[in-house]
Amino acid sequence: MRLVTAVLKPFKLDDVKTALETFGVQGMTVSEVQGHGRQRGHTEVYRGAEYEVSFVPKVKLEVLVDDADAEDVVEVIAKAAQTGEIGDGKVWSVPVDDVVRVRTGERGVEAL
Amino acid sequence: MSPHTIGYLAADPTAGDAITNANTAWILASSALVLLMTPGLAFFYGGMTRAKSTLNMIMMSFSAIGIVSVLWVIYGYSVAFAPDKTHGLFGNLTIRFLHNETQASITNSLYDYAFIAFQLMFAIITLALISGAVADRLKFSAWIVFSVIWISVIYFPVAHWVFAFGVPLSGAKGEVAANGAASGFVQGTGGWIVQKLGALDFAGGTAVHINAGAAGLALCLVLGIRKGFRKEAMRPHNLPLVMIGTGMLWFGWFGFNAGSALVANGLAGIAFVNTQVATAAALCGWLIVERLRDGHFTTLGAASGAVAGLVAITPACGSVSPSGAIAVGGIAGMICAMAVGIKNKLGFDDSLDVVGVHLVGGLVGTLLIGFLATKATNGFVDGIFYGGDASQLGKQAVAAFAVMGYSFFGTLIIALLIKYTIGLRISEEAEIVGIDQAEHAETAYEFTPVSAGAGHTTVASAAPQRVVT
Repeated sequence: MRLVTAVLKPFKLDDVKTALETFGVQGMTVSEVQGHGRQRGHTEVYRGAEYEVSFVPKVKLEVLVDDADAEDVVEVIAKAAQTGEIGDGKVWSVPVDDVVRVRTGERGVEAL
Repeated sequence: MSPHTIGYLAADPTAGDAITNANTAWILASSALVLLMTPGLAFFYGGMTRAKSTLNMIMMSFSAIGIVSVLWVIYGYSVAFAPDKTHGLFGNLTIRFLHNETQASITNSLYDYAFIAFQLMFAIITLALISGAVADRLKFSAWIVFSVIWISVIYFPVAHWVFAFGVPLSGAKGEVAANGAASGFVQGTGGWIVQKLGALDFAGGTAVHINAGAAGLALCLVLGIRKGFRKEAMRPHNLPLVMIGTGMLWFGWFGFNAGSALVANGLAGIAFVNTQVATAAALCGWLIVERLRDGHFTTLGAASGAVAGLVAITPACGSVSPSGAIAVGGIAGMICAMAVGIKNKLGFDDSLDVVGVHLVGGLVGTLLIGFLATKATNGFVDGIFYGGDASQLGKQAVAAFAVMGYSFFGTLIIALLIKYTIGLRISEEAEIVGIDQAEHAETAYEFTPVSAGAGHTTVASAAPQRVVT
């Protein structure tokens, strides 16, 4: 099993979610995060004082998938999230040792 | 007399005439309007702080309502408005607890109790205005002690200088309107600025705004900068709250300015119109400066410009024409927009720009009277642009800088006294965690599901449960 994590532009979340559901992904976790890569931040001005806002609002999406699906899921997310502009985000996957479904106690692939 | 006569007044043989009753109705309504400015200010300031210190900011305004109202009855009104024997510096204590006032007391076609209510609201907001300079870091107990001392030693006397016309001559109708000479009053019983100097300050540009601005500067200098000032972003956490506060201030300010006519007449009308157009012009002026300098029209700029205009027209609304008011507002909006940057250059942390908006705006409005005053509005003196000489400008400058100096140095001493006795600042850790939590054991917002309740446990001793059978 693998955990696919993506950091995305917030306005692309809906596209990514739809693409993942079309692909057949059953569940996902979404959180609002802040950060920056090469995009850096932006500037805000309050009463003439400029503030460098270095962390930009992003959405973090996490999906647990079977090893066989991991590569495709990464691909689906990357394709749906792409605008070609700076700040599109990143997608990565890492191995997961074990998963438990809390309701039933099922473990491993059964729990996905 | 039937006990069911409508109201007590009907049974009162000294009841006033229709004019007195009309004036009283307007001033009572104005008093309520001016009170509303302080909660408005609480939102205006509260939205501008960071989320972790908004309650403390709001509490500084609300505590001002509590403290000043009580002191006003005990001795405040008396110090400010009782006849003085001190060459116009402060009143005496003969009206402590308001005990010489009766329901039937009338001065210049206005029931005294309406005037007492009206002037109380001015005292409250002047104190509350100072709080903007000390966001995030002033110990609340220090604020309470500061409030009691400052309002007693600085505000009550200065209110006497500017607002106490003195005892009316018997048989004469004292001109309560914007009358620099204050004819019709017993000389030596009123405040020195209004009675001897003859500076024009219709609604308190000196006593309220210059006074609060200079005090804010002194207090924030002694208090020191916020941790992270000029290094990290300290942006307003809730601009819609700032806009609500601005709206409440603007609304209440009609009572402040038009009510300062102390009569329900055409002078109140022109003060009302001047207040509106000056505020509008200042809003535009501030936005123009911002667009040219920073490239954007900002919401905070619109709110700040409006307040700068309200401040500047406060002294001038009873002495300039509506077109003069546009000039006062426009100039104040632009100058204040530039003035708020000074703190970043000089490095003092006047957190919410009490100096840039209230001190500078108050000075602009008070001094511009010397140029833009017109007999058509105030009845007796023209400014330089209307064919008058520079003498009125001189009087305006003396009044403005006298109040500024007294307030700045007086506040400096009060602040130092508190600093070296009970201390002014909260601990560094408390400042980082947030003053709301550290000083008030509350937070304004539930940021996450965890802080909203799931992560909290009830402290057994805090709220014993009542058994309901």
